[in-house]
Amino acid sequence: MACATRSIPGCGAEPLVTSGRPELSDALLQVKGLHTQFPTSRGLVRAVDGVDLEVRSGEVLGVVGESGCGKTMTALSILRLLPDPGRITAGQILFRGRDVTAMSPEQVRDFRGNEVAMIFQDPMTSLNPVTKVGSQIEEAMTAHSKFSQQIAKERVLELLTRVRVPSAERRAQDYPHQFSGGMRQRAMIAMGLSNEPALLIADEPTTALDVTVQAQIIDLLKRLNTEMGAAIMLITHNMALVASLCDRVVVMYAGRVVEEGPVEQIFSSPQHPYTWSLLRSVPRVDQARRERLVSIEGLPPDLSRLPGGCKFHPRCPFVEARCREEEPPLAEVASAQKARCWVLMRTLGDNPQDRIEPSAARATLLSAGEADGAVG
Amino acid sequence: MALSAEASLQVPGVDPETILRVEDVYKHFPLGGLGGDTVRAVDGVSFELKRGETLGLVGESGCGKSTLGRCLIRLLNVNSGRVIFEGRDLAAMGARELRRVRRRMQIIFQDPFASLDPRMTVGEILAEPIDNFKFARGASRRRRIQELLDIVGLNPNFTNRYPHEFSGGQRQRIGIARALALNPSLIVCDEPVSALDVSIQAQIINLLQDLQGSFDLSYVFIAHDLAVVRHLSDRVAVMYLGKIVEIADRQSIYASPQHPYTKALLSSIPIPDPAKERDRAPILIKGEIPSPVNPPSGCRFHTRCPIARAPGICADQEPALIEHAGSGHVAACHFAGEL
Amino acid sequence: MASAVAAAQMAEWDSPEQIGLWSDAWMRFRRNRLAVVGLVIVILLLIDAFTAPLLVHLGVIIDPIKQDVAHIEVGPGGFGHLLGTDELGRDTLSRLMYGARISLTIGILVQGIIFVIGGTIGLTAGYVGGRVDNLLMRFTDIWYAFPDLIFVLVLVSVFGPSLLSIFGAIGIVNWVNLARLVRGQVLSIKEKEYVEAARATGTPPLRIVLRHLVPNALGPIIVTLTFGIPQAIFLEATLSFIGVGIQPPTPTWGQMVNDGYQAVYANPSSVVFPALAIGLTMLAFTFIGDGLRDALDPRMRR
Repeated sequence: MACATRSIPGCGAEPLVTSGRPELSDALLQVKGLHTQFPTSRGLVRAVDGVDLEVRSGEVLGVVGESGCGKTMTALSILRLLPDPGRITAGQILFRGRDVTAMSPEQVRDFRGNEVAMIFQDPMTSLNPVTKVGSQIEEAMTAHSKFSQQIAKERVLELLTRVRVPSAERRAQDYPHQFSGGMRQRAMIAMGLSNEPALLIADEPTTALDVTVQAQIIDLLKRLNTEMGAAIMLITHNMALVASLCDRVVVMYAGRVVEEGPVEQIFSSPQHPYTWSLLRSVPRVDQARRERLVSIEGLPPDLSRLPGGCKFHPRCPFVEARCREEEPPLAEVASAQKARCWVLMRTLGDNPQDRIEPSAARATLLSAGEADGAVG
Repeated sequence: MALSAEASLQVPGVDPETILRVEDVYKHFPLGGLGGDTVRAVDGVSFELKRGETLGLVGESGCGKSTLGRCLIRLLNVNSGRVIFEGRDLAAMGARELRRVRRRMQIIFQDPFASLDPRMTVGEILAEPIDNFKFARGASRRRRIQELLDIVGLNPNFTNRYPHEFSGGQRQRIGIARALALNPSLIVCDEPVSALDVSIQAQIINLLQDLQGSFDLSYVFIAHDLAVVRHLSDRVAVMYLGKIVEIADRQSIYASPQHPYTKALLSSIPIPDPAKERDRAPILIKGEIPSPVNPPSGCRFHTRCPIARAPGICADQEPALIEHAGSGHVAACHFAGEL
Repeated sequence: MASAVAAAQMAEWDSPEQIGLWSDAWMRFRRNRLAVVGLVIVILLLIDAFTAPLLVHLGVIIDPIKQDVAHIEVGPGGFGHLLGTDELGRDTLSRLMYGARISLTIGILVQGIIFVIGGTIGLTAGYVGGRVDNLLMRFTDIWYAFPDLIFVLVLVSVFGPSLLSIFGAIGIVNWVNLARLVRGQVLSIKEKEYVEAARATGTPPLRIVLRHLVPNALGPIIVTLTFGIPQAIFLEATLSFIGVGIQPPTPTWGQMVNDGYQAVYANPSSVVFPALAIGLTMLAFTFIGDGLRDALDPRMRR
């Protein structure tokens, strides 16, 4: 598909350099054509339906989408942690050149928690409630035989201090229920970092936390990224978090990537209608005037019964005939930016929101305005 | 609606345009056991709401906003203080009067799964308020139910379906329809969008805005997300550990926050704009929220406040909620505006 | 553009096929083979219980009281007695069939008594709360401390071993678990948001209890009652076995075991068959209980 022939803001010839860090170019993790499926009584659920993505050394990649878009399943596939009956049915996951999908169980165990670590949304359920926090972090290290028990013990204190848990020595002897939510998440991060992984996958790490605590955790992740050089794959539904932390963004919908690119470009000129709608459907705290939110009509798709053509077309306010028949490929629309769309936002002029007609429901509502009091 | 005969319940001096006045409300929950400890969920809250206005009530976990919401419509009885709704003190009402007043004040809950009885059909759920007040019968009752579904954007033919057959957003719409069934004048919205997917949140937020215009509703909108609150509200009240620390209109609360907690809260909220985010340095407040069983002395925020004078006045004396920056903009801080 | 929005609206409105909650439960129950087997057995027992006297009247089976003196302690198949006779020459098969009436009656009716007593106490304690709750629960704890068999024996010896006193005794002794269960259910449902919503829309307390509390609490209650039936049956059998149960000539399975075990070497069938009957019936109800528990669990809904 022809693209990138017009000049687009942010699409210059020079590479984008972010926050003064050196150019990030070596691909640490490459996911190619990943398909993950769950056979269920209702049919085959295509949780991940052809995903290509890349995490470069030292970068922070944001994977954005709503529930059911496949972002968590992609992460679980990378770590070979899929729950039954899920299986990876096609594709490759190359970590430093080695294919994770082809690894034996021993190799996977060695790889998991060591070169790639994952932290989850709810630290209460991912920490063992009957073991001391310090012991759990220690165990994460000794399980991989990278450190002797003696050194591991010392590193526990070091790690807890690095994640800013106060009174680390005393805290290491506490149990998870004695930690508050934010501290538990820090403990999880400490555990994740204990083996100095090259990549940390964080799946909705702050969703269960208060916003002031969230700010602390995000700040922590930022520091860890710059100080330790660990790449981070941040999975979230919160676009604002992505703006705060990430270098590049991948937007997922219905188990596939629908847009990707550097964070500045994605936010200033999103090309896929879903990305565009998502950005405009979330209220911003710094909004001056009260603008009506763009709401995406309809419901997220049933992954066992996906529509034909573009998977977003039933909900797309700018759908055209071609969208119903043929699924668009993920094509380059600007330098380093790709989108999976036949229409593209830039073809719709300066005020695409004017093209969106009020839904049928609203029309009824406006006419019901005079109804008040008992119906006779 | 005709005034009741209980004129003695009418509180003098309340402006008829003030639909809700909260005066020094306290709500504590005893913890049981031998200590006599209580959870001081709401610890002295006062504010007013005008007809047709939306007041946003924002705060993090443990601030007491949900408890306060339930006190406002007397789902919980306050320990002391007054909640004056449409000029009448709720606590002074007897059971019958209270039941009558319930028609005018309703609530929407956070969890779309738990707020609908799984064993009742949608039609039965919506019929319940109508039947309670014999609002309509027979054919007109059926029509009213269908009309309610239509108003919230649901297919009116689905009255025989059960809640589990609907999605989260649709269930929330049913909850909204139920709240509208009796034509209330006040709706307390307790985190109505927090449990929904991002794209569905916008649908519900837009719906709530449209309904307010169509039916002249007043809202108390409770949420932990200040961006959502600011979007929907005319005025915003910030709560911390059972007290209100600042109230201002939606512009001033963002442009000139007076209380350090409000400032920290605003700076902690990420903005979906990478350029702005790079330049921001959030004011990180240390520590976590103290327990509401044992709130800090003096100003409750002093243990985490970047500008607290402790030991000093901040640890000794609780600041009053007074005007610091123009009419209507109040804050409870000894050093308001200094951060 | 409008068509896209309308299509999305239609997609939103288009719900999967409507399934009522009880029919959904029934479908899940059906899938559990053991539960269905249990149900079939119980249905057969019920049919047997209702038709036994008729069958005797019609001459299809022998009168259980009639003593065939010529053929005492006969094994199965002998002399027209399909399962043999006992020490008084009474036909085992017909006694088994009559025994079912007693066992089922006791099992089911006792649960009825338990439901009424335990249910009321649990409901009151849970809904009213506070001091009433405290008082009722302490009372329940004290009651629970009584050894049930001894208590039943005391009651039966005071009021005589009639059918009524035995129901009463077993029921009165065993309501405690149900009371606790009902109270727990009520406490948890009371806090649910849909109950708060009912209060907020002006629903009076009685209607809240009937419309919201009871239907949602029924699931675990039904399961507990179902599991209680085999317990009651066994308790009756125990009573009969030690001689204080239903008195002869009314045949009960417990009696049959009691009478028969003394001659176990000579005529094992007179013990084995009633024991099997007791065991099989208990198992059948247990399977049904298991099946109901899974079928009524709202979280397992498909």
